[in-house]
Amino acid sequence: MSHLPILPVLLPALTAVALLIFARIAIATQRAISILSMLAMVGVAVALVAEASSGVPLPYYLGDWPAPFGIVLVLDRLAALMVGLTAVIGLATVLFAAHGWDLGGRNFHALLHFQIMGLNGAFLTGDIFNLFVFFEILLIASYGLMLHGGGRERVGAGLHYVVLNLAGSALFVIGLGMVYGSLGTLNMADLATRVGEVGGGLDAATRAAAMLLLVVFALKAALLPLYFWLPRTYGAACAPVAALFAIMTKVGVYSIVRVYTLVFPGDAPVLDGLPGQVLLPIALATIVLAALGALAARTLRGMVANLLVVSVGVMMTAIALFTEEALAAGLFYMVHSTLIVAALFLLIELIAGERGEVRDALAPAPQVRHPALLGTLFFVAAAAIGGLPPFGGFLGKVYVLQSASGAPGVPWIWGIVLGGSLLGMLALARGGSAVFWKTAVEEDADGGTAEAPATEAPTVGPTWSVPHGVGSTVLLLAAVTAVALLAGPLARYTDAAAAQLADPSGYIGAVLDGGPEVADPEGYGG
Amino acid sequence: MELLVTLSVGVLVAGGVFLLLRARTFSTILGLALLSYAANLFLFASSYVRTGLAPISSLKDVPFPDPLPQALVLTAIVISFGMTGFVVVLSLRAYADLGSDHVDGGGDLPADAGTADAREGSG
Repeated sequence: MSHLPILPVLLPALTAVALLIFARIAIATQRAISILSMLAMVGVAVALVAEASSGVPLPYYLGDWPAPFGIVLVLDRLAALMVGLTAVIGLATVLFAAHGWDLGGRNFHALLHFQIMGLNGAFLTGDIFNLFVFFEILLIASYGLMLHGGGRERVGAGLHYVVLNLAGSALFVIGLGMVYGSLGTLNMADLATRVGEVGGGLDAATRAAAMLLLVVFALKAALLPLYFWLPRTYGAACAPVAALFAIMTKVGVYSIVRVYTLVFPGDAPVLDGLPGQVLLPIALATIVLAALGALAARTLRGMVANLLVVSVGVMMTAIALFTEEALAAGLFYMVHSTLIVAALFLLIELIAGERGEVRDALAPAPQVRHPALLGTLFFVAAAAIGGLPPFGGFLGKVYVLQSASGAPGVPWIWGIVLGGSLLGMLALARGGSAVFWKTAVEEDADGGTAEAPATEAPTVGPTWSVPHGVGSTVLLLAAVTAVALLAGPLARYTDAAAAQLADPSGYIGAVLDGGPEVADPEGYGG
Repeated sequence: MELLVTLSVGVLVAGGVFLLLRARTFSTILGLALLSYAANLFLFASSYVRTGLAPISSLKDVPFPDPLPQALVLTAIVISFGMTGFVVVLSLRAYADLGSDHVDGGGDLPADAGTADAREGSG
């Protein structure tokens, strides 16, 4: 049995524990451990994607327990893609944080690796209760990261975030109780075989369980009635944390994709297409409201947080169609939008650090000290997130719109996705011109040279001789560009991933038939 | 027995939701605690409520209840206990930082305080 699928959980777990044990060693050593571990994680992710590309889901039986009884991790194309995305964003986050943002609390790096562990575990697990456990791991790490650095605004926003997610966790547990009560198993592959056979009085309970879980996942993914926590939380978190959180909403999206293609597929008689019918209007309404929110935002951060919600709406619009084509389009768009949102959060912190008291508010302020560099990066990033032609966002949206062309309600889908993009572009144009052009009187004479006087740096954060951390932003923007340049191979990969999702028999077969033999099957009867 | 369990879950959820929607952090936390008790009790009962059985048995003809929900609820209890501890500490911190135990930080928090305060900890 290959031990590859457990590595993305084990590596960050061991790193985090090591960082906790050596919490008092020099921060430079902690950073070195953290960065090395993330580099190794990227390597592991590459190996995972290569392994998953073979097309056969690779199950990993924890403790060598046979499949429906023990917990199983499953590596398929979708899981490998998500782990890869997490690794890239994690690496950029760690590199950025190492420029001084990790000094706000002693355990930043340990918490970050626990968060990565929870994310990877959630993407890889093939057991729905284990999904809940990994959700809790990533959530409690995110609570710590969210509050990293402290401050009034952060604590206030953090309290809302924690309370909301605890209520969500309670709903998750209730939903799992209903799943187990009506279907009698928690292994996702096993659930998938049983949901077709459910009958009698358990129909309603199964349907209620499926919809209750949808509410929980929609809260994590930030869909319409449940996204209002996101702009404030992401606006208050410190920049590298906000960038890492860009992948956190995708845990909700991932869970919706996984659970409603595998466990509760829309074509199961007990559900009769219910998830798609509920999700599509919600996703479209999310786009509308979040696009208006981006227009109304008073800070760049708030604007990007709203644009993140718009992008979740666009990918959910595709996913809610639950056709193979649309799933592929949604996944492709998710890769692009996650990377670009993370890049923007980091970039805005660089811009905010050079604007004195005003930070990233859309108000007149002194000229940034590197207007050419930061302005160009912002322009590129804005074009990419807005979905202008050279970038993957454009391809992704075209792909989404194409895949929706046969669906009922096409005019709504096309109109709202395109209208949302237009509003997003307007918001970005307004934000960019307010930040880079509407400068206050006291302009910096040596605009853009590296010798900006250090005395001018009024922030408590790192002092800016050159914009530290610009490398991480460029790394993420390079990844965004790579999505555009390698759109062909990536689209082939997401197509294959969607094909794997659309036909779950391969997944189910690999999990249930591939495990160790049950010595005495009778002995397991409850 | 079923009725008792059902009623307990219902009362706990009702009380939990009511308290969760209150404006002060103390009642909100109590509401979360009640809600997680309800969730745990519900999970515990998810493989039917059976009374008078041996807790576990290896003999084929001695019936015993499904042990899995017990293991699940143990995990859920540990998690919800830890989370409740965390949210208690966080609310104390919020009380100290915001000067109010209102979940919205009282009326004294300006709408866009982030511009002034988020900076404090970014380094």
